[in-house]
Amino acid sequence: MRISKKLLALLLALACCPLLTACHGAVGADAFQIPMQLDADRQFELTFWAKNDSNVTQSAIYRQAIDAFEKYYPNIHIELRLYPDYGRIYNDVITNIATGTTPNVCITYPDHIATYLTGSNVVAPLDALIADPRYGLGGSELRFDGYTADEVVPKFLQECVIGGRCYALPFMRSTEACYVNKTLVEALGYTLPEVLTWDFVWEVSDAAMAKAEDGTFLVNGQKVMIPFIYKSTDNMMIQLLRQYGGDYSTDAGEILIFNDTTRALLHTVSEHAALRSFSTFGISSYPGNFLNAGQCIFAVDSTAGATWMGHTAPHLDIAADQLAEFELAVRPIPQADVNHPTMISQGPSVCVFNKEDAQEVLASWLFTQFLLTNDVQLAYAETEGYVPVTLKAQQDPAYQEYLSRSGEDNDEHYYVKIDAARLLMDYTENTFVTPVFNGSASLRDAAGQLIEEVVKAVRRKKTVDDAYITSLYNQITSLYRLDQISTPTADGEETKADMGPLPGTAVTLLAALAAAWVLIGAYVLSHQMKARHKGK
Amino acid sequence: MKKSNILTCVVAVIAIAAIIFGIVTNGKKGDLQKKVDELTANVATLTSNLDAAKKEAADAVKNAEEEIAKVKEEAEKAIEEAKAALLPGEEAKTVMTHADYIAAELDSEVTVEAYVQAKQSWWEDKATIYTQAEDGAYFIYNMAISQEDYDKLVPGTKIRVTGYKSEWSGEVEITDATFEILEADPFIAEPIDVTALLATEELIQHQNELVAVKGVTVEAYDESGAAFAYKNAENKTDDLYFKVSKDGQTYEFCVEFYLCGQDTEVYKAVEAMKVGDVIDLEGFLYWYNGANLQATSLKAAE
Repeated sequence: MRISKKLLALLLALACCPLLTACHGAVGADAFQIPMQLDADRQFELTFWAKNDSNVTQSAIYRQAIDAFEKYYPNIHIELRLYPDYGRIYNDVITNIATGTTPNVCITYPDHIATYLTGSNVVAPLDALIADPRYGLGGSELRFDGYTADEVVPKFLQECVIGGRCYALPFMRSTEACYVNKTLVEALGYTLPEVLTWDFVWEVSDAAMAKAEDGTFLVNGQKVMIPFIYKSTDNMMIQLLRQYGGDYSTDAGEILIFNDTTRALLHTVSEHAALRSFSTFGISSYPGNFLNAGQCIFAVDSTAGATWMGHTAPHLDIAADQLAEFELAVRPIPQADVNHPTMISQGPSVCVFNKEDAQEVLASWLFTQFLLTNDVQLAYAETEGYVPVTLKAQQDPAYQEYLSRSGEDNDEHYYVKIDAARLLMDYTENTFVTPVFNGSASLRDAAGQLIEEVVKAVRRKKTVDDAYITSLYNQITSLYRLDQISTPTADGEETKADMGPLPGTAVTLLAALAAAWVLIGAYVLSHQMKARHKGK
Repeated sequence: MKKSNILTCVVAVIAIAAIIFGIVTNGKKGDLQKKVDELTANVATLTSNLDAAKKEAADAVKNAEEEIAKVKEEAEKAIEEAKAALLPGEEAKTVMTHADYIAAELDSEVTVEAYVQAKQSWWEDKATIYTQAEDGAYFIYNMAISQEDYDKLVPGTKIRVTGYKSEWSGEVEITDATFEILEADPFIAEPIDVTALLATEELIQHQNELVAVKGVTVEAYDESGAAFAYKNAENKTDDLYFKVSKDGQTYEFCVEFYLCGQDTEVYKAVEAMKVGDVIDLEGFLYWYNGANLQATSLKAAE
């Protein structure tokens, strides 16, 4: 009997434990449970938020995918809402979490999902859905030709795992490429290597700044030349740090970017910015426009922007009379070590938002899954230098044929686009992603801003020395609130940044208080036992 | 042995056992009480230490606050002294005319005074604004501003802007700007007719101004033959692009969604226009790899 009471007390204590842990974040739906069967008699109205790329064909492919899906599932209707950029999707989702009006399915990035997850049960975890034998990947109840979990490129699927759970499916993947004006590299007396190094790119870029007496640049005979332009400076800093062994953050979200490697990299950037041989999209404009005008030699941009690169590109943003004819080569981004190339993996993923109605979530999951089927994947990937995210799509004979026809025309088979896609497939195992946590999107922005600020400072004739960089570190920390990022503990709860160990006096006080309570408890217990004995 | 003796022995043993038990129990009780007393004393000491630490911390905060107030006072005094040290009229000298602004080097710091003509957007505490003075126009890109201040910048409001002269795809603009609202009578610019300047190098002198282009013909935007193109045809939540021609030259203009959204007359007018229509346009002369008028008004040519 006494043992039973002890057990009861223990169970009560355990039951009370959750009351002692703080519940944070927005209140969301109950955790999702997979229904036994999709209700075929119900009509589902789902919302799908996606980004409208400047390539209008991509919007049309979303619409086609919806039409095709609705043929398989006539009782599920998808309303498409397009946004001009991912930032606005993110903001709208955040706003709608508070009101419980999130979309059902959303194209997004894992960094953003990490923030959505600060709400309770906002995003549906997909692990159980992926593995479900009926409605999971390759499930028996699917009405369309699906694919198994093994057929999703493992590296890409792994990128959607946050805190040990999968919260999205990859939709498309790309990396960055260096689009090179090979003609101008050779005009400067250099031979273009297969894999570029940063040293090579800086050297050629600086060499291209030589001017004639009339003020035009010797290499192109024009008044404008920015040899090296980087589109996404956040990617630039992230990849530089990875290649040079500099810290960025821990997986848990501890910010480590403000270190000496970063400082050295910023000094290098400032040297070349001072010579005006390096600039950024934010400061000058699209690298592709300068490249196509013969005013840039190394243009780093996403492989998903390949159709804008080259004077024969299917998409052009400058007037025909501004175009320069040149030989374009697609290369991996510059490397610190050509024997160990490293580059970022990027591209949109798709997540399912949790709802009170499990049937609605299941219907959303089916549509999400459908976005990775071959027809959707191939159609979307072929619009740009994207790579399908399933091996099944990559190995599809239709896709293989598409790749083999590179250069047959300057539209569907534009060689730069296909070279860019091949680049990612060749280097998939050399790609990486940065840790995802609540605040990782801010850290990414901050990484890019460090470069932007240094380039601007140099152009504005400010002194960029160690003192400036230290001050910049403080300014960026504050601007992006990097000192307020929460880091999760082992049990998944989040705490604010470590405040350091408790003072010795506080530890002693707490220990004494605990001991006193134990002794008081023991005394009371002993007293009660005695009383009980006396009563017998 | 007699039964009485045996009983006596048993009673004695029990009595001794009881005494020993009492001594042990009382001893333990005494020890426990002693420990409790010691711990209570410890707690009292630690509580006293904690109070002392709290007092020290409060004193430190008070000292720091006094120090901050002192530094602030000194800084304000220094600012006042610096202001007083300026020569009369020097502040006015730092405000550039439009000609000074045009002559200033790219990436140099500039200060101008102009009147708000239109606001393109407010996003994450930044705003993009078209401003114009009597002698020229300025495009203020991504100026740091609160929503509250943004709402105060109604067309006609005079502001002083300090930032850096920058160029992005040919568009000369002021970036990383700060501003202050000035007391002045409002000024709204009249559109200047630049039709005759469209194909000339002189056009760029009117960059960012409110301009009019008259009697231009709508051309097919692309191979589809449409008179315009949506950047986002699905939801109509983005720019509209269209082409017009004059004297054999074709120009690409747009309706910038953040300046004129889908509910504005100009947005609807562009959606309704047809290839071959001859139209009059008004708008801001933005630059994107060439003149790229951002239309604010469209009418059939008079």
